[in-house]
Amino acid sequence: MTVTDDRPAPPAETPRRRPNPVLALLRNSWRQLTSMRTALVLLFLLAIAAIPGSVLPQRGVNPEDVRDYFVAYPDLAPVLDRLGAFDAFGSVWFSAIYLLLFTSLVGCITPRLRDHVRALRSRPPAAPKRLDRLPQHTVFAAPAGGAPAIAAVLRRHRWRVEVRGDEVSAEKGYLKETGNLLFHASLVVVLVGVALGSWYGWSGNRVLVAGADNAFCNTQQQYAETSFGPQVAGADLPRFCVQLDDFEARFLESNGQPEFFNAKVTVDEDGGTPRPAEFSVNSPLRLDGANVYLLGHGYAPVVRYTDRFGRSQTSPNPFLDVGDVGLTSEGLAAFPDANVDPATGERDPDLQMAFSGLYLPTAPQQAPFVRSEFPTERNPLLNLVAYRGNLGLDAGIPGSVYELDQRQVDAGRLKEVGTKLLQVGEVWTLDDGTTLEFLGTEPYVVLSVRHDPGSTLLLVSSGTLLLGLMGSLFGRRRRVFFRVRPADPAGESSTSGSSLVDAGGLPRVDHPGFADEFTRLVAAVSGAGRRADPDGPAGARVGAE
Amino acid sequence: MSVLSDQLVTFSILAYLVAMVVHAVEYALGNARVRVDQPARELVGAGVGAAGGAVSGPEPTVRAATAAQRTAARARLAGLGAVAVTVLAALLHLGALIARGVAADRMPWGNMYEFVLTVSFIGVASWFVVLWKRPTLRRLGLLLTLVMVLLVATAELLLYTPIVPLVPALNSYWFIIHVSTIVFSSGIFLLGVVPAGAFLMRSGYEQGRRSFPYLLAKRMPAAAALERLTFGLHAFSFPIFTFAVIAGAIWAEAAWGRAWGWDPKETWAFISWVVYAGYLHARATPSVKRNVATWLAILGFLTVMMNLFGVNIFFEGLHSYGGLD
Ligand code: HEM
Repeated sequence: MTVTDDRPAPPAETPRRRPNPVLALLRNSWRQLTSMRTALVLLFLLAIAAIPGSVLPQRGVNPEDVRDYFVAYPDLAPVLDRLGAFDAFGSVWFSAIYLLLFTSLVGCITPRLRDHVRALRSRPPAAPKRLDRLPQHTVFAAPAGGAPAIAAVLRRHRWRVEVRGDEVSAEKGYLKETGNLLFHASLVVVLVGVALGSWYGWSGNRVLVAGADNAFCNTQQQYAETSFGPQVAGADLPRFCVQLDDFEARFLESNGQPEFFNAKVTVDEDGGTPRPAEFSVNSPLRLDGANVYLLGHGYAPVVRYTDRFGRSQTSPNPFLDVGDVGLTSEGLAAFPDANVDPATGERDPDLQMAFSGLYLPTAPQQAPFVRSEFPTERNPLLNLVAYRGNLGLDAGIPGSVYELDQRQVDAGRLKEVGTKLLQVGEVWTLDDGTTLEFLGTEPYVVLSVRHDPGSTLLLVSSGTLLLGLMGSLFGRRRRVFFRVRPADPAGESSTSGSSLVDAGGLPRVDHPGFADEFTRLVAAVSGAGRRADPDGPAGARVGAE
Repeated sequence: MSVLSDQLVTFSILAYLVAMVVHAVEYALGNARVRVDQPARELVGAGVGAAGGAVSGPEPTVRAATAAQRTAARARLAGLGAVAVTVLAALLHLGALIARGVAADRMPWGNMYEFVLTVSFIGVASWFVVLWKRPTLRRLGLLLTLVMVLLVATAELLLYTPIVPLVPALNSYWFIIHVSTIVFSSGIFLLGVVPAGAFLMRSGYEQGRRSFPYLLAKRMPAAAALERLTFGLHAFSFPIFTFAVIAGAIWAEAAWGRAWGWDPKETWAFISWVVYAGYLHARATPSVKRNVATWLAILGFLTVMMNLFGVNIFFEGLHSYGGLD
């Protein structure tokens, strides 16, 4: 073990100067903060602090669950909210832990980096006087070439070698510390990458219905919801337009599970000519400055409403799937501008129309018609309720395009005026003579458009992190020393007259395979004078112990 | 094929159970040897004390010694037999996985059930590698087979899922890389718990504790060897796990548009990663006792299990192997 809890104390200050208590406190706290123990405690805290974020619903993951939680626990939820529990990974406490940890990390690796660079530049140290006190030691007859021959063998085995007269010192395994520093430094870079992404990144979600009329261009207003980093302004968005031409989905006959998706689009990037493109669930559409991801799909029933004045409006209305395998979908077709008198141009706010209900791609043969049996359109059926009255869209509260404003219904301002099952092509004549025709459906896709400027950095730093980690875990620093000396005049019978070599080995970390390696190395060195070294040892070295 | 797979799973559970019993026999015989040894020594003493008595000193000792040798030989035989049965169980286990893969026409890790089966297989397969390198650790097999029985039976009884193909989000080569490395590293972590638990008991035993869990470790390999194996397995597995998490992030970017979104599964992978990093740190910190460090390794595995079972069961997230969204 070479690691100690605290680094060696700095050289004592000149005794005459009184240590400033504030400075001393600061220095002590810093030393505490950058100790391994503190890092350990902080790591542990970080793990614990991540738990609430997985137990409680998170705004960033699923805002609807958070809303449900507020409904279910009206007393508890606001308290938790104040603690940041629904945005746990952006909360003060979570940030405090990881910022402290990374401060500790920087404080820890900076001096080690300095020491390591110094160690890399310095030469392997001189051999200790008594090699027989090292964990590995042996004596053997000197090879013909003496110290330089020994050094040559060691170099061939990729040791860093230093010859001092009759002494050879060699060191190996800098990779361990290099890797460790690379790993820890990469952690910092990962954090920088994340920060870049959250400051300069942006994303937006929207539904895109097939057809030229429904194409969208990349501006903030075109998204149902957006999330912009603090450094991003709407004007920064790259300009492009996307039109959905076709969407193909295949499902398993046996159970309706999705098997394949493909979206065909026409992309018009700024300055280019429109070009066709395709993308799917695992292969997003990668544009200049943004990626487009396919997150979902569904059907948008197209209906035509003809009002009292004979004016028709046609609209595709994306119905959202309720979550079953058969893609039963639920939605709303609203006509706030219905029944505007063409003569006066006046709109009667109580004659707005809305149709709400279900769309079943494959309706069952008999009632109830509330669940689709298969996700593709084998027996498409619209199951609608008609409402007439005030949709409440002018009240200043933005309404959902997928749901009726229930308050208007409750208040009696919006009245139910009939229900009907509609097949494609069927026309429904309402009590006031107006009609609704079900023309068919268009597919739609749910898109997420994103830009994350930190992603390349993240990818690269993850790679270096991994490399460093492996170097750190599998590298082993060790030293060997050889000293050529005249044979002991007193004896060691067979070799007297020639020279001997004292060899010693010192593993710097726990390394069970070192004894073997040392033996093999000595064998290679002692045979050095006689024949070329058969490159055994390196190949035979064991990996992870 | 699917039925075959199910039957093979049942048989392999039985075989693991048998292997466990045979290991227990080895264990019991091992203990018996000590009991034989001690009376033998007493007899020697008695013989010497009653010099010239009817009983001649050396004879019972020899008899006891040969009896002890016989028991030891039997224990060894039982141990080898246990390993053989474990191999058989593992082969059945592998057969079940292959049959399942063939039936589903994909790798057998599309849902929790298959996932647990594969992870536990990796665990047992790596156990053979360890055993091959360090045959003296054989007695750990008792704990290992116990873990196998528990895991595979849990999978069979609680998690069984009929075969279905992968949903499109799971159908990508990054998915294969991600899941295979997750499975692989989880398997090694699983194996790592075995020496970790044994170490905790054994080190207590070596410190003179003789109460319940420690006494079980009487016949376990030496604490230092167990600890080194624990570290070796974790040090080997941690980079693979790290890679798996990174691969998962790359896949998530392509599939969902974000590399990391603190989905419950991701959160728990993060927790596991941090806990294991804590283990490696603790082990490298001299002032932290090895026991404490080893507890962290076990805690790490508990978080992995939480991710495997708990997250799928308690939380809903993108990783729930559900539909498209
Ligand atoms: C973001 C937080 C950190 C993480 C995730 C982390 C992770 C790791 C991991 C996984 C290892 C094992 C690799 C190895 O054994 O070489 C390690 C080793 C090490 N870490 Fe950290 N670390 C963090 C912060 C720190 C801090 C703050 C310090 C300094 C106080 C530190 C000092 C060390 C040292 C000295 C080793 C080498 C131990 C050895 O010789 O084996 N680390 N770290």
